Parts: sequence; structure tokens; C-alpha cells
Amino acid sequence: MSVLELQQVSFSYGAKTVFANCSLSFDSHERVALYAPSGRGKTTLCRLLAGYSKPQAGQVLLDGQPLPQMGPCPVQLIWQHPEQALDPLLRMQTSLQEAGPLEEDVLHRLGIKPEWLTRYPRELSGGEMQRFCIARALAVHPQFLIADEISTMLDALTQVQIWDFLCSYCDEHEVGLILVTHSQALQDRLATRVVNLDSL
Amino acid sequence: MDTQQHLSSVHTHEEAHHGHTHASVSHHAGGHHLLQVENLCVGFQMYETLPQQSSPAKGIACKEKQTKRFGFFSRTTTRQTMQWVIDHLSLSVHTGEILAVVGASGSGKTLLADAIMGLYDTNTCVEGVIYYDGVKQDASSLTALRGSEIAFVPQSVKSLDPLMKIGKQIGGDPARRAELFERYSLSTDVEGLYPFELSGGMARRVLLCTALMGNPRLIIADEPTPGLDLELAVQAMKDFRTFADEGKGVLLITHDIELALRVADRVAVFKDGTVVEETAVANFAAPHLLNHPFSRALWHALPEHDFSFEGEL
Repeated sequence: MSVLELQQVSFSYGAKTVFANCSLSFDSHERVALYAPSGRGKTTLCRLLAGYSKPQAGQVLLDGQPLPQMGPCPVQLIWQHPEQALDPLLRMQTSLQEAGPLEEDVLHRLGIKPEWLTRYPRELSGGEMQRFCIARALAVHPQFLIADEISTMLDALTQVQIWDFLCSYCDEHEVGLILVTHSQALQDRLATRVVNLDSL
Repeated sequence: MDTQQHLSSVHTHEEAHHGHTHASVSHHAGGHHLLQVENLCVGFQMYETLPQQSSPAKGIACKEKQTKRFGFFSRTTTRQTMQWVIDHLSLSVHTGEILAVVGASGSGKTLLADAIMGLYDTNTCVEGVIYYDGVKQDASSLTALRGSEIAFVPQSVKSLDPLMKIGKQIGGDPARRAELFERYSLSTDVEGLYPFELSGGMARRVLLCTALMGNPRLIIADEPTPGLDLELAVQAMKDFRTFADEGKGVLLITHDIELALRVADRVAVFKDGTVVEETAVANFAAPHLLNHPFSRALWHALPEHDFSFEGEL
């Protein structure tokens, strides 16, 4: 079991303080939903947890250690906008290969068709790109997976399929799941704990 | 240009007209067709690499042609194919109506919006007829309508110019802009920010403001709500409703069926590039009222309902 924690983290964009002295911890057995109004800093928190932003004070620790500076990060973030998260000049298979080896059935369970592998991002729909982003995150074999509104651009059927897969994958591999969603119903279905950012 | 007048007395609700039918309860009394899309097909020219030494399969698609092979390319077996994404699609938006388009991701919903807006990639092939306000349109007249008569809420927040401040990008009358900003709880200093400084939801709200800024008669909204919290999303939906009630039209493309059902008049269920079912919102109350198996599968998959699905996607 691993633990991801924020210790007395402060973060601000210029004069706008987003987090002040905030502490929070997640363990790999739980599925935590982050809840807050639009513009409150959910994506900022996800960036901090995955090491894309450095806090101005305090630290982000994984099992008591700071996140590694080099190599693939064991905390993987799946972004809200897949069209911005994929290199437009790389075919999908190249993007996946860069991340690492992937179990064969992951692609199948995500509903990725083999012919999509040779396409460029602009030749795929938003939902198809998002599946590749999920596959790419899993190829790193992360200890924590952060899903920042990953399912808003997917239809209801695909949502079910993907959440079903992600939840079973996270249970099998003991991966902690941190999810951001505006859908109350989805939150009730998936999360074992809800964190309201306004209460931090 | 052809003019096609729509008379509501000409047809009953269930009767096919202009390539579509209505559910009997739909909001259609005397409605004038603001937008009609008939037999729309959108395809892409793509290059497909074939496995070596295999002859091209016969009769995969009728609109497929073999490329000439020459020089360097002769070593790989590549052929040019047309990939038809939207296939004989017909739908219409009447005045005073919100038509919600829901369906599978990757089924061509965004392409539909792009086709109506006249935004095509260079390798796109479009067939079919689009009428706006009873007048048949072509690519250049659609371009002329874009922005003045038809407003667009794009799906991707990448549509904002990364090098231009928000206030300048929205443009228009500052008083109207301030009013819209207040309504969507954007502070006035957002005007001075660049797109990268906005959160996902804020960018989404900026896109909404841009569309509502002018004085369009038709709004094509392609996934306007991801990233918005429920309160703001409901606000946006209410604004679409008010907009439609003024005798204008909204084509709302969305995955959020629950939200769409709150305001829409009719729902078109989209699968594999065509409308499989066009039904009244009331029919989404229970699965047995829906005709097509795919609509029923969607209903069951909603997190509010069963959150389950059977079979292959």
C-alpha cells in the first residue's frame, strides 16, 4: 500500500492564492472524488499531486519521499482535454511506446481498435483520444492515477465501459484513484470518499 | 438558390418530411424549419497501409479507389480510401426549439457541427443539402452566415486564440460583455487574461459568452458543459432555453443526457454517423418508450440509472 500526501502546501498564481497551508492524504486502496466549483483549483491540485507544478511552500510526498525528478512519474495524471495532452506530430502507437510496455488486454478492454494505432490525434475523436491517454497513463504502471474529468467527453456507454475497467484495474493492481467530476451521480457511484476543496 | 417553405399543415408528426419525422409529442406546432440537414454525408480521404502482398479486399466500400503507385511509394502497399463518418444524416431544428443530439463518442457529432458551420479539413468530402431558414446553402454562403446568423460553441477549448486577451477575443459591446460575464460568474479581470491562465471551466464559459455575444438566430453548441459545475451548466442550459423561446433555435450536441433532457424539446440519438431515433424528451423517462436498442442501452448506462451495459460496443 502506498500513500500520497500533501503537507502544508501553499500555492498561488501571482496574487491569487489557490491553496494556503493545505494538507491532504490519499491511500492506494481508496477512490477519492475531488469536489469544488469551477475555477476553484481542482486541476491545480491535480497538477501539484502529479508533479507538474511545484508548491511554493510545503511538499508533495509519495510514501514519505518526494516525487522522482526523472523518469516516469508513479503518479499519473489523465488530463481534462486529451486534444492538448497528445503530441499532434506522433502517431498514437508512438505516443504509447514512449510511455512503456502495455499489457495486450488493456487496449482491448479500453475499446481501442487496432487501426487507431497508426492514426494521428487529429484523425481521432475526443473520446478515442481520451482512451489513448488512459492507456498511456497505465503503461507507466503508476501507483496513483488522477482522472481530471476524463469522462465528460465520452458517451454514457463508453463511460460505463471505461470506469468499469479503471475501477477493476485499480483494484487488481492496487492503484489509488483520484477523480474529479462534476457529476453527482458518477461521484456517488465511484468514490469511496469525497473531498470538498472548499473545506481545506 | 432554391427556397423551401415549410408548412406545418402539410404533414402530420409521424409523416416523413424533409428527410425526418417527429415524435407525436414534439414541440412543432407551426414551427418553421430554421435549419434542415438532409442526407448529409461527411467522409475523409485517408491513406491506409495494407499488409504486404495481400490483394485489396473486394467490395469493402463502394467509394474506394486504388492509388497509382510510383517511385518510392511502390514499395509500400498504400491505398487511398474514403472513410465515411457521417452517413445519410437528416435532422432539423425549428424556430423556438432546442434539439439535443446525443450518442456514441466518435460517431461524428462534432463533424456534424463542423459541416453546418462550413468548417472543413482539406481532406474532407461533404455531400448532402443544408437549408437555413428555408434557403439552400453552399460552402460559401455557410461561411457568410457563420458568426452573424449562426453562432458556434466549439467543443475544444483550443479554439481560443492563445495569443489574444479574452476581452479582445470576445469583442462586441463592453456593456453586453460585462452582463454576460456577471451571469456566468466570471470576474471582470478575466478580460485581461490570456487563455492559458483560465481553468477548463472558465474557458468553457468564455466560449459560451462569445456565442451569446452577437445576435444569432441559431446556436450550434458542441459539448458546451464539460468542466462546468452543475449550477453553471444549468445556467447555460436555461440561457439556451430563453434564447430558443425568443423564436430562435439551438442544436445542442452533448454527452450529458441528463442535462440535455432538462431543457431540450426533442432528442436525436446518433450512432455510427446517422440518427437512429428522433424522439421527444418525455420518452426518455423510461426505457420501454424508446424504440431503438441503442437508445435503451444509453438509458441504462446513465449513472443516474443502472450504470451498466450489456454486449459489445
